[in-house]
Amino acid sequence: MDPITLLSAVDPVLATFLPPELASRMQFGWTISVHIIFASLSIGLAPFIIYFTWKDVRTNEQRYARLRSFWVKVFAAGFVMGTVTGIPMSFQFGTNFPQFAEVAGELIGGPLAFEAKMAFFLEAVFLGVLLYGRDRVKDRTYIISSVLVGFGAWLSGFWILIVNAWMQTPRGYEMVTRNGMEIAKLTDPFAAFFTPRMPWMYVHMMNASVISVALLVAGVSAYIVWKKPDAEAWNTALKLAVVLLIVSAPFQAVHGDAYGRHVEDTQPQKFAAMEAHYETGQADLHLLAFPKSPEALTDPRAENLVTVSLPAVGSFLASGGDFDAEVIGLNEYEENPPVALVFWSFRFMVGLGFLFIGLALWGGFLMYRGRLADSTRYLQAMIAASPFGYAALLTGWYVTEIGRQPWVIQGELKTSEAVSSTLTGAEATLTLGGFVVLYVGLMLTALYILKWLVREELRSLGIRESSGGRWHGPIPWVSSDD
Amino acid sequence: MTDPLLPVDAYLVESLPEIWFGAVLFALGMYVVLDGFDFGIGMLYATRTDERERETFLAAFGPVWDANEVWVVAFGTMLLAAFPRVYSRLLADNYLLALGFVVALVFRGLGPELREQRDDERWKRYTDYAFIGGSVFTPLLLGMLAGRWLFGGATLPVALTGVGLVAVSIVTGAAFLAAKTEPGLASELRAYGIGATLAYLGGVVVLLGTVVVTDAGGAADAVLSLPVAAVVALSVAVGLGGSVLARRDRYQAWLASALALPTLLTILVAILLYPTIYPPTGLLVREAVVSPLALNLVTVLGFPVLLLVLWYFKFLYGVFSGPIEGEGYGG
Repeated sequence: MDPITLLSAVDPVLATFLPPELASRMQFGWTISVHIIFASLSIGLAPFIIYFTWKDVRTNEQRYARLRSFWVKVFAAGFVMGTVTGIPMSFQFGTNFPQFAEVAGELIGGPLAFEAKMAFFLEAVFLGVLLYGRDRVKDRTYIISSVLVGFGAWLSGFWILIVNAWMQTPRGYEMVTRNGMEIAKLTDPFAAFFTPRMPWMYVHMMNASVISVALLVAGVSAYIVWKKPDAEAWNTALKLAVVLLIVSAPFQAVHGDAYGRHVEDTQPQKFAAMEAHYETGQADLHLLAFPKSPEALTDPRAENLVTVSLPAVGSFLASGGDFDAEVIGLNEYEENPPVALVFWSFRFMVGLGFLFIGLALWGGFLMYRGRLADSTRYLQAMIAASPFGYAALLTGWYVTEIGRQPWVIQGELKTSEAVSSTLTGAEATLTLGGFVVLYVGLMLTALYILKWLVREELRSLGIRESSGGRWHGPIPWVSSDD
Repeated sequence: MTDPLLPVDAYLVESLPEIWFGAVLFALGMYVVLDGFDFGIGMLYATRTDERERETFLAAFGPVWDANEVWVVAFGTMLLAAFPRVYSRLLADNYLLALGFVVALVFRGLGPELREQRDDERWKRYTDYAFIGGSVFTPLLLGMLAGRWLFGGATLPVALTGVGLVAVSIVTGAAFLAAKTEPGLASELRAYGIGATLAYLGGVVVLLGTVVVTDAGGAADAVLSLPVAAVVALSVAVGLGGSVLARRDRYQAWLASALALPTLLTILVAILLYPTIYPPTGLLVREAVVSPLALNLVTVLGFPVLLLVLWYFKFLYGVFSGPIEGEGYGG
């Protein structure tokens, strides 16, 4: 008897398993959350890698060689993690959501195959050259390899987001019956690839990756500069990261505002969930919102919240200038997404976004005064902020993905209809548990690798972590392992 | 609205669905050949205790394994793009096998990557376990998945397909390493390679015999066909010939013949499948394929890129050709 049959025979045990749909959704949500951290690490690091490689090869300056070597190692570790978490994800379309794969195969299969062939291969092949080939290829080939690796990462995001954007605002297909099943048949590739959502999503996601990695680079650099203020390479990296943040953080806010209007136009239900807006009519904008009771935390209706709101500004933002504009409320729909998750995720993301703008402006001011490396407080703030970019990026994804529920393909296919009909609760729950354990291990390992790399760097700069410099504690978000 | 450059209601060429059937299996074959020798290296790694030899093994596949692994993604996404019904049924019907395969692949990928991050004996031991375990289970489970694809639920043929893929991976891994390392080490690897070749050939014969006797997955007739006999005979000739070459220390030639074995295995899979594409349900290639416009599009955009990818691989293997020097390639 196989283990699953054995378990199925035990009723009380069976009752503790999650329903297949819920377990599958949690599994997919969990795996994509971990995967996206590593995928965006590649995307955000790409400009740094290209710049450091180019400067290293062209100027032969020690500091660029140091930065290239350090960040290429981080990139490589992130790429491996991204690959090993990405392959299970692509399989889950078939294992957990086969109806989705079958219904949408004509529309999503092409872009996913292009991603593998055009982008993934490019990244993997030339990363091999970048990691092992310094003495085996010409300088120019080496620089070109770094550009191709970075280009591969950005192109990868492009094809993946074509798929996701299509799921948000599907176009270019018609539903037909084939082999006894209603499937989406491709009728217009251009419309299907360049859906209304595509440009919004691509710009927002790529910029979010750049912000996240700029914060990470700034945090690591700030830590090393703190320990060794005259570390030339790391002062360079810190400045570069802050400059990138000054450009990218305010841009994200401006872009995000316009993106919000686009969401209200194309997915009004998601917009209403973002604002916990139930009654159709004029919408306020809740700047701060706190639940009056624990129940209101999971169902944040406006009347159950203590709010600091700007009256009618929700309408203003949704319409792009009209305070009286009618915003459709959640009561119009039969099924709604888990509103609280969307509502709080959205607030978390936006709040962090403004924090990043503050950090960018502060850094810009210090740089203008020539005191960037001297401000202990700023270095501290940047060290503390280093994981926040990822927090914003993840909550942004929750708004996008959870906000679209109950639909997997907006208006066409519900998530409940997409899930495997042969999957048992036991299979889905056990594999969910497996993925949780495995991926927690992966993330801890990734953090330790970063920690070891930082420690190695400090050692080679002549600093031991426990002595010297201005700061004596451990790296705040990685606990000591020895 | 539709793109006038592409035919909407007819395939670019009449046989495009069959061409895509071939293309999907080509991607699978590339994966089995290229990542196959990586798995073999991982399994042979278990036979080494000397740190310098282990480092040499890791250096042999370090620059290329990332790229080799992408072929499984290419295979999966090409199958989804051309035959979404097969993709979804194959993975949904073999849920635990498919996820087990990707988890094993996670361990195989992480082991060597993590090993070099820390100079600590215990750490190295654990990462080595991950590498070796992943290298055994990935081909085993992939082979079993292929067995289920071909023969449905029949236990013995499915298990034998898994073991066969493990054996053939050891052959290619040994030949690849022998071609890149010093003569002393190469002659030790040769013994493993020859043993695995005989095990593999024996396994294929037993597998096909079992299928004929039990008619597993209704594949008995397909096995008793001339093309299958030809591929099996060719495999035996190539396997035995390669072993003779290995004994004469002609490792480059041995490598070429060793790589032919998984290639022939993939061809065998193609023969056993066609004209169905999912034998357990009797689904035909023509029934499972996507509509003309979708297939024309992935052909026009995808095939030139596939040629470019092959060129990248030529470049990559060119850069890292020749014997492994000292501790690796330097970086």
